[in-house]
Amino acid sequence: MAETTTEKPVTPDIELPRARYERRKTTRGNYELYSWVFMRASGVLLIVLIFGHLFVNLLVGDGVHAIDFAFVGGKWSSPFWQVWDLLMLWLAMLHGTNGVRTVINDYAERDGVRMTLKVLLYLAAVVTVVLGTLVIFTFTPCPTGEPADLLPAFCSA
Amino acid sequence: MPSAPAGTLYRGHEGMWSWVAHRVTGVLIFFFLLVHVLDTSLVRVSPEAYNDVIGTYKNPIMGLGEAGLVAAIVFHAFNGIRIILVDFWAKGPKYQKRMLWIALGLWVVAMAGFLPRHLMNVFGGN
Repeated sequence: MAETTTEKPVTPDIELPRARYERRKTTRGNYELYSWVFMRASGVLLIVLIFGHLFVNLLVGDGVHAIDFAFVGGKWSSPFWQVWDLLMLWLAMLHGTNGVRTVINDYAERDGVRMTLKVLLYLAAVVTVVLGTLVIFTFTPCPTGEPADLLPAFCSA
Repeated sequence: MPSAPAGTLYRGHEGMWSWVAHRVTGVLIFFFLLVHVLDTSLVRVSPEAYNDVIGTYKNPIMGLGEAGLVAAIVFHAFNGIRIILVDFWAKGPKYQKRMLWIALGLWVVAMAGFLPRHLMNVFGGN
């Protein structure tokens, strides 16, 4: 300050009272915070969804031996299992993709390698989620012209 | 800035090894998930195509693979609850080691419930 005189002492810069506290000033947003919260929230839901899925598909009845087209047709003719499997698909793919993204960020040090791996990861995730969603919603349990013994019992009823 | 040499142990003990196991099981489950969505998508091709491919899941080697997959999922699930407790429960960090042993104990109990039933289905000869 050029005009400072000995009569008027310089006052230090004091922040306005009650100014909003900012831990850090950045333009990057809170993406990593939301990702961290999502991993925990989706994780809890996935425990319920996947444990239920494993119990019904591997432990009830003949277990893995009972799984065939008729079994899937029977499950997906009910909106309950359609929603269950759709939720499981989306949450598991987002949870898994975000986890592998973290692993890639940790170990791929070269920018080009890291970028390439993440592009491949996101591509695989989008293809898998879109394919799975289409399959759940366009599935017909009783396709015409297929032998009846391969179809759910209710098809011939 | 020089990067840390490869292969350095972070700190060892329960904290590091549970973190390593969580990563390994997580990546494993992710790749199975990709394959599993693809094989299930065959229901849109034809009942025969789906039954052919799903039939490979029923041979004993795949049956053991499924047991390994379930073991990985159950560990990831229980250790995941431990991670959530470490993050959100005030005493979580203090009890993180004890919680790992509890998670492993619950893992043993869950697998003891699952394995006999599953292996009987796989090797039961039907």
